Amino acid sequence: MADVPDNAPEHCPGTTSEQAGKSASCQGCPNQKLCASGATKAPDPAIAEIGAKLSTVKHKILVLSGKGGVGKSTFSAHLAHALASDSTKEVALLDVDICGPSIPRIMGLEGEQVHQSGSGWSPVYVDDNLAVMSIGFLLSSPDDAVIWRGPKKNGMIKQFLRDVDWGELDYLIVDTPPGTSDEHLSIVQYLSSTHVDGAIIITTPQEVSLQDVRKEIRFCQKVKLPIIGVVENMSGFVCPKCKNTSQIFPPSSGGAEQMCADLNLPLLGKVPLDPRIARSCDEGRSFLNEVPDSPAAEVYRRIVQSIQDYCSNRVTEEQSTT
Amino acid sequence: CDSNGVYGSLAQVRHVVLVLSGKGGVGKSTITTELALALRHAGKKVGILDVDLCGPSIPRMLSVGHTDVHQCDSGWVPVYTDAQKSLALMSIVVWRGPKKTALIGQFVSDVAWGELDVLLVDTPPGTSDEHLAVLENLKKHRVDGAVLVTTPQAVSTGDVRREITFCKKTGVRILGIIENMSGFVCPHCSECSNIFSKGGGEELAKLTGSVFLGSVPLDPQLSSSIEEGKDFIQSFPDSATFSAISSISQTLLNSLQMT
Repeated sequence: MADVPDNAPEHCPGTTSEQAGKSASCQGCPNQKLCASGATKAPDPAIAEIGAKLSTVKHKILVLSGKGGVGKSTFSAHLAHALASDSTKEVALLDVDICGPSIPRIMGLEGEQVHQSGSGWSPVYVDDNLAVMSIGFLLSSPDDAVIWRGPKKNGMIKQFLRDVDWGELDYLIVDTPPGTSDEHLSIVQYLSSTHVDGAIIITTPQEVSLQDVRKEIRFCQKVKLPIIGVVENMSGFVCPKCKNTSQIFPPSSGGAEQMCADLNLPLLGKVPLDPRIARSCDEGRSFLNEVPDSPAAEVYRRIVQSIQDYCSNRVTEEQSTT
Repeated sequence: CDSNGVYGSLAQVRHVVLVLSGKGGVGKSTITTELALALRHAGKKVGILDVDLCGPSIPRMLSVGHTDVHQCDSGWVPVYTDAQKSLALMSIVVWRGPKKTALIGQFVSDVAWGELDVLLVDTPPGTSDEHLAVLENLKKHRVDGAVLVTTPQAVSTGDVRREITFCKKTGVRILGIIENMSGFVCPHCSECSNIFSKGGGEELAKLTGSVFLGSVPLDPQLSSSIEEGKDFIQSFPDSATFSAISSISQTLLNSLQMT
């Protein structure tokens, strides 16, 4: 229901509703005629534009989580770094977390600005083959808050998908805001005309987190978004001194492993807690380059490998069906 | 018991405190729950209003997951966790779309809170529509201020800085900042690891001229208590985490009583 304008009269049925322009509350609304004409019920032309814009992108991956703060942006950033370590691949990371964009800091791009060119907004480049776009680049100071309401947020997401000049890409990773909110619905709606490879779902081991993730999985199934797999983050902590493992966030209901078994989903891997991950993120560096021989980096590499395999299998499947 | 909307239902509530965070998953609901339990431990009557629309988790943390909510003449009856009725909880169900903000307004004024010392409002993360709606509707009543929860990393404090701007723009007093997930003491060798770095909350308080209420360490016992819906304050009264939480609740009470 993102189609009720900000300044609509009370009880506005929504511009795309069957009742648009006809309900009692439409009386006296300056747009009553427009709504009654049916013009507002046509699909948003932006959907087709986004489809055209993103036709140069081979693989699109959404990174989702039910709960916030489970490490979604950390994962997205490291997935981007890992995919871009192959210098023949063009990789881009799009941060659509409108309220709390943390990708600029994690990618070491704080204070960067977006430039406008003839063909749209130019993303900021970390490397020759790694481009980043975030709402954070549009905020003027670190203290700025984005206090936007639904319809404006959707407009911004639309602009991000349609107006960024990505060029030819092998991978586009979309870091989404937490929850199954209006933003999610609009991202999926806007991407409906393009081909999304699938979603990666991030969770922590506790049941409080998993119960939100189950909702997110149901959401994916409802909107027919394929799930590439689940990543369990913050999974155990190895003390650097005595090497004993502690379950700081205990998997009381069996963790992601049990949930994946129950729901018949692939578990891509379990990333352990490591203070060096948080430090790398704060300093805007890739943990995978900083401490490549750590157990967490090893898990990351395996997860990225399964994602690459998934994407290339999808391509062969499609070729064999056509 | 009267039913005159906002003023009626919140008339006997002494203090209203919002619990905010810029980022999700920093433990806002956990801190809300533990603060409520600590305040009750200090002999106060406490209410929790859970308006985290995306994933309300407090009912589980207080083991009242499957209790039905009843209605009386003066509104929705909150769920009480004990016979003395010293801890009342009301949690929102998930609504979507343009109506949801109006429903929050109704929700706030439709709960029969009765007499409370402190009402803690657990909000959804971010500076989104829900925040605005909650603030607008609560400001009709008197909001004492907000407690901000962050983890120590710069990534999290960065979001809280934006939240502080939001509070200033909307005229909400900042009662203080709590740093959660601050350090982990290995149960095997007692070595302290700063898994999510350290000191970010205190630095942020200095930078923005806010009160630093204290830090709460990472504690698997606390995570398990929360998971099982047990009262951590009662189960582990000797732990460092307990003393951290109770000192924070005391500081908070003092600053509330000064106003």
